[in-house]
Amino acid sequence: MNASVNSGGVVETPARRPFKMPVEAGIFLVLVAIALAFEALGWMVRGESFLGNSQRLVIIVLQVSIIGLLAIGVTQVIITSGVDLSSGSVLALSAMVAASLAQTSDNARAVFPMLTDLPAVVPVIAGVLVGALAGVVNGGLVAVTGIPPFIATLGMMVTARGLARYYTHGQPISRLSEDFTWIGAGATPVIVFLVTALIFHVALRYTRYGKFTYAIGANAQAARVSGINIGRHLIVVYGIAGLLAGLGGVMTAARSATGQAGMGMGYELDAIAAVVIGGTSLTGGVGRITGTVIGTVILGVMTSGFTFVGIDAYVQDIVKGLIIVAAVTADQYRMRRRKKA
Amino acid sequence: MAVTALGMMTPPSVSTHAPPYLLEVDSVRKEFPGVVALDSVCLRIRPGTVHALMGENGAGKSTLMKIIAGIYTPDQGMIRLRGEPCRLTSPLDALEAGIAMIHQELNLMSFMTIAENIWIRREPLNRFGLVDHAELRRRTRDLFRRLKIDLDPDQAVGELTVAGRQMVEIAKAVSYDSDVLIMDEPTSALTDREVAHLFAIVEDLRSRGKAIIYITHKMNEVFEIADDISIFRDGRHILTDAASNLTRDKLINLMVGREITQMFPKGESKIGEVVLSVENLALEGVFSNVSFELRAGEILGIAGLVGSGRTNVAEAIFGMTPATAGTIRIDGKPVRVDSPKTAMAHKLALLTEDRKETGLFLMLSVLENMELAALTDRYVQGGFVAQSELNGICATMKNTLRVKTPHLQECIENLSGGNQQKVLIARWLMTQPRVLILDEPTRGIDVGAKAEIHRLISDLAAQGMAIIMISSELPEILGMSDRVMVMHEGRVTGTVDRADADQVTIMRLASG
Ligand SMILES: Nc1ncnc2c1ncn2[C@@H]1O[C@H](COP(=O)(O)OP(=O)(O)OP(=O)(O)O)[C@@H](O)[C@H]1O
Ligand SMILES: [Mg+2]
Repeated sequence: MNASVNSGGVVETPARRPFKMPVEAGIFLVLVAIALAFEALGWMVRGESFLGNSQRLVIIVLQVSIIGLLAIGVTQVIITSGVDLSSGSVLALSAMVAASLAQTSDNARAVFPMLTDLPAVVPVIAGVLVGALAGVVNGGLVAVTGIPPFIATLGMMVTARGLARYYTHGQPISRLSEDFTWIGAGATPVIVFLVTALIFHVALRYTRYGKFTYAIGANAQAARVSGINIGRHLIVVYGIAGLLAGLGGVMTAARSATGQAGMGMGYELDAIAAVVIGGTSLTGGVGRITGTVIGTVILGVMTSGFTFVGIDAYVQDIVKGLIIVAAVTADQYRMRRRKKA
Repeated sequence: MAVTALGMMTPPSVSTHAPPYLLEVDSVRKEFPGVVALDSVCLRIRPGTVHALMGENGAGKSTLMKIIAGIYTPDQGMIRLRGEPCRLTSPLDALEAGIAMIHQELNLMSFMTIAENIWIRREPLNRFGLVDHAELRRRTRDLFRRLKIDLDPDQAVGELTVAGRQMVEIAKAVSYDSDVLIMDEPTSALTDREVAHLFAIVEDLRSRGKAIIYITHKMNEVFEIADDISIFRDGRHILTDAASNLTRDKLINLMVGREITQMFPKGESKIGEVVLSVENLALEGVFSNVSFELRAGEILGIAGLVGSGRTNVAEAIFGMTPATAGTIRIDGKPVRVDSPKTAMAHKLALLTEDRKETGLFLMLSVLENMELAALTDRYVQGGFVAQSELNGICATMKNTLRVKTPHLQECIENLSGGNQQKVLIARWLMTQPRVLILDEPTRGIDVGAKAEIHRLISDLAAQGMAIIMISSELPEILGMSDRVMVMHEGRVTGTVDRADADQVTIMRLASG
């Protein structure tokens, strides 16, 4: 393949690309701005520092690390130009299943009286697998039947919540073994969140899995023609999202030492919000885990900050809604600018 | 060089009151990050003429047209319409000022009907303020009757062939009844018959005093239809002259700035064993009984009119829409190809006809577009992509095919149409296929690059690759193929050897 290149060609090659600020830098600045705003408000309203309290900073990340875990999965789904509305419900179902297998034998009303005092790996694996299974069902529905992701995962959202309730007929599950609850203790959720983020950051950027994910979101037809088995890949992507929701469920059950069917209520929307604030485009083909991590922290800072300066919960939701709209608007603006240059 | 200065051009025969030029572009400059797309460009268009724009891929033709059509605003310079300076800030502005444009890439909504697409934003309303579908249909029929287009207004655009869609785009542009009509490579997806049809429409518009700006890379078209020709190179206007003052060679020389020795350099190649054989292949309702053999080192051309099923045969062999009957054999062994993935496992490759729908990932970079198909087998270890190796290969490809882009990280949407096509060719070459199927490979590619690509195809054949080339350009088919298979309405009407193939024979077979 050595077709000679004639001289007098027009190929100009400034070999390196000019430095362009990544989208994440902008989002990071937003995070800094929000944090500083709370710092200023803190001094004005309460006369103390918002950021100066290192314990608070840990709590901020701790609060959102479960949502962050969901958001990492949802990011990948949204990059394929899909969406996952089921992550909160899947979390609850996994939490219930994990909790039911983590009970101690001194419990007279255990869900499975024969299955108590199991080693902690059993509930962990069971919870994660239940989540992965739910995700695979989501992916299968989208890939095989062609149901729009919004509808497929909406169905899963309702069904999984129903299953979580049906599992114990609404009864919470308690008295979990210490081996199990240890998993959610201290800063483990934060570590799990950040390690997971790192893994999928690498996966999206440097593996074939990642390249295929972006390609499917950018143009599914062209992706198919380029030799990608779209159905199989979507099942994997939704499966991973479900698996991470399952992991979130295990962590939640372990941290609170219970399983409750109402866990993770509304988390799916928070996760989507974190993804969108992080610069992932709902049109697909664009997005990064780093953005999602920053988006998650922004959510955490806002929740914590609002409470700190004493703004009530209703107003919090209003502001959160506005910020999501602003993030999507910024995305639209970026898209248009990219087109018009 | 007999360059006629713009001012000395024969004055058009219009009354002295009207400005002689309908549209004037005055020292326009447009810069994109890393590229000067247009540099002090001047252009004057007379009413009642067809003005052809020519130039290499990335010369700035489409950019200039997008400025005239209000899509881009120039960094410097201005546009005068009927002698008045005008500032166009949106396509709507331009339409209202009487400028319509047919884009290089098709822009129709697949799920809407033909009629809805044509009259979008101008739908006739009934007295309840709702869209009056009967009137919509009637208008479309009238328009189609006038333009002699034979399509059903109620059909969904998504069901049309690329050529059909292109005709709808043309009808839509004409329906605005604008004074200036810009056509950016309207014929790149059309066969001779439709091209003739388009030219009849253009003649009609010209005789009614409209100005048509016509971009093409096809030489014969230019001399057939253009009154004036303007040539661009590297964002600069090189000259404007009457078509009658120019020759083909002069044109090429001015465009490329160098000699092109040989257009269709199919060299001798050793024809080897049969690699691909297709027997009684059929896709219900589309084509039937297609059989042929393809040997290593051979180039099989497939000719035929649009709708003859050429593309469908290619898509069936490649598993995009698997055939409903028949056998495909590779090296004599029957294989089941039910998806492009399996086809690629058998070392097949297909450059598709519709680059926007089935080729490009518009929001991804040149690099990501180029490397994707190669990721399925090569350059991946344990799931990880060997990125630095791929970067090197992509850079070589970029230079070999002379892709004009500031860097490989550029978003592919920002490349000119011809350069996007080159990236897709590179994508398939990188898979190192044994059978390469090319559907309109030089669509939208300039003369210089076309010669390069023809040389490349011919080199690949010499190295033993088996190649199928579908093309609507007869000279390309005749020049490149060892054998030509001709199709008509889903059937093979004949296969002609290189020695016996000529324009007349093929046209006869193509029309059934
Ligand atoms: N939106 C954009 N952003 C960045 N660069 C652009 C953009 N649009 C065009 N360019 C660059 O400007 C140059 C001129 O492009 P243009 O599309 O006008 O070429 P063209 O003459 O129409 O070529 P072709 O014959 O291939 O269609 C190219 O180098 C292209 O990469
Ligand atoms: Mg162009």
